[in-house]
Amino acid sequence: MTIAVIDYGMGNLHSVAKALEHVTHEHVIITRDPRCIRGATRLVLPGQGAIRDCMGELEKTELRGLVLELLASQSKPLLGICVGQQMLLDHSEENGGIACLGFLPGEVKHFPTDMRDANEQRLKVPHMGWNLVHQHHDHPLWNGIDQDEHFYFVHSYYAEASDDATVFGTTEYGRVNAHVAIGRDATFAVQFHPEKSSRAGLKLLENFINWTP
Amino acid sequence: MGLSKRIIPCLDVDGGRVVKGVNFIGIRDAGDPVEIAQRYNLQGADEITFLDITASHEDRDTTVEMVERIAGEVFIPLTVGGGIRTCDDIRTMLNAGADKVSINTAAVNNPDFVREAADRFGSQCIVVAIDAKRVSGEGEPPRWEIFTHGGRRPTGLDAVEWAKKMVEFGAGELLLTSMDRDGTKSGFDLGVTRAISDAVTVPVIASGGVGTLDHLVDGVLEGGADAVLAASIFHFGEYTIPEAKRYMAERGIEMRL
Repeated sequence: MTIAVIDYGMGNLHSVAKALEHVTHEHVIITRDPRCIRGATRLVLPGQGAIRDCMGELEKTELRGLVLELLASQSKPLLGICVGQQMLLDHSEENGGIACLGFLPGEVKHFPTDMRDANEQRLKVPHMGWNLVHQHHDHPLWNGIDQDEHFYFVHSYYAEASDDATVFGTTEYGRVNAHVAIGRDATFAVQFHPEKSSRAGLKLLENFINWTP
Repeated sequence: MGLSKRIIPCLDVDGGRVVKGVNFIGIRDAGDPVEIAQRYNLQGADEITFLDITASHEDRDTTVEMVERIAGEVFIPLTVGGGIRTCDDIRTMLNAGADKVSINTAAVNNPDFVREAADRFGSQCIVVAIDAKRVSGEGEPPRWEIFTHGGRRPTGLDAVEWAKKMVEFGAGELLLTSMDRDGTKSGFDLGVTRAISDAVTVPVIASGGVGTLDHLVDGVLEGGADAVLAASIFHFGEYTIPEAKRYMAERGIEMRL
């Protein structure tokens, strides 16, 4: 039983690995070795920074094909986090337009920069901090997590999936209703950082480890 | 309902130990960073910031071990500041489990370091710390400058222009400390907080001068801060984080309770 955090060179993978180790006795590895990734029972696809760099590194490390193959087969549970969520959609408008993995239909868009809150304060971009996640559809990964629970976010781009059946969680920021949890079959992906979302985040990771889709 | 404003307790660390007393009832050893971080986490702190005041390199390794231990136990964002001068320093802290690093003097000495760091690690983990001091006299239009060395050395840099430049260079967040107010318990400098918050698109953390819960409220409502950082009012048990959060929420501020 091994959980592989896919290391294609983008972002801080230690936080994710440490949080997983906290909720499971299963072996957690950070790896870019295709054999280890194929051999793992569960996969985590993280991602930080610009999506062009994430997609570029995935290409460079020759993991793009493998990830596409694993997404197509849906043979093991996969959890996408942050840019690892955004990459699952068709396309992102970041960096002048980037083609993504196209596993779920939809787009990644930039938050408008002219939004204001109830106190007339300008809403900052990136959307950084704790915001409420509304569970749009039931999912095993929501087990034991309250409706409208707080999770920790850091992002300037957000997912807009075009098929409602793939949307499991939403978060309001200004006039945007971001699709912050999306998925289908054995894949679930979140914009927020469960590894940094205290108890609720650890619960979601534990649910992922116990998930048998 | 939406994004919460954040409360961030800040701890000074020397050689992997928290210095400047932190008093929790029932704590075994007030200097243990893991225990203190866990207490603040249980109280509902939204993030934790560590300021590494260690002088020597050997002691810095101890700080790295401390970050590793905390990151294995406390699952909220951790920021480490103090002595971050190179991309290797950043890499070391991120590998240890920090989520963000705060860059201060090194940004003033070499602004391109911020650009390089943001390119390499992403803006989301680069906080630029701005130490500002009011330099205009009574009756003059307000003006603030960047100071280094704990507020002793002027740089001639205009604080608002500097803040804009740092964001342009890739800072994902600004930690603004008023050197006039730091340690005075007389409240944030709301003028510079508002001026910088209005001038940039990224979140601004207000710091320096908190003595009462009203100061936290003012920092958000009048200063326009997205987060408030405080040390002594929480360390010495004057207020707990839940008290502060409830107080702010009662005044119409969105908080994670």
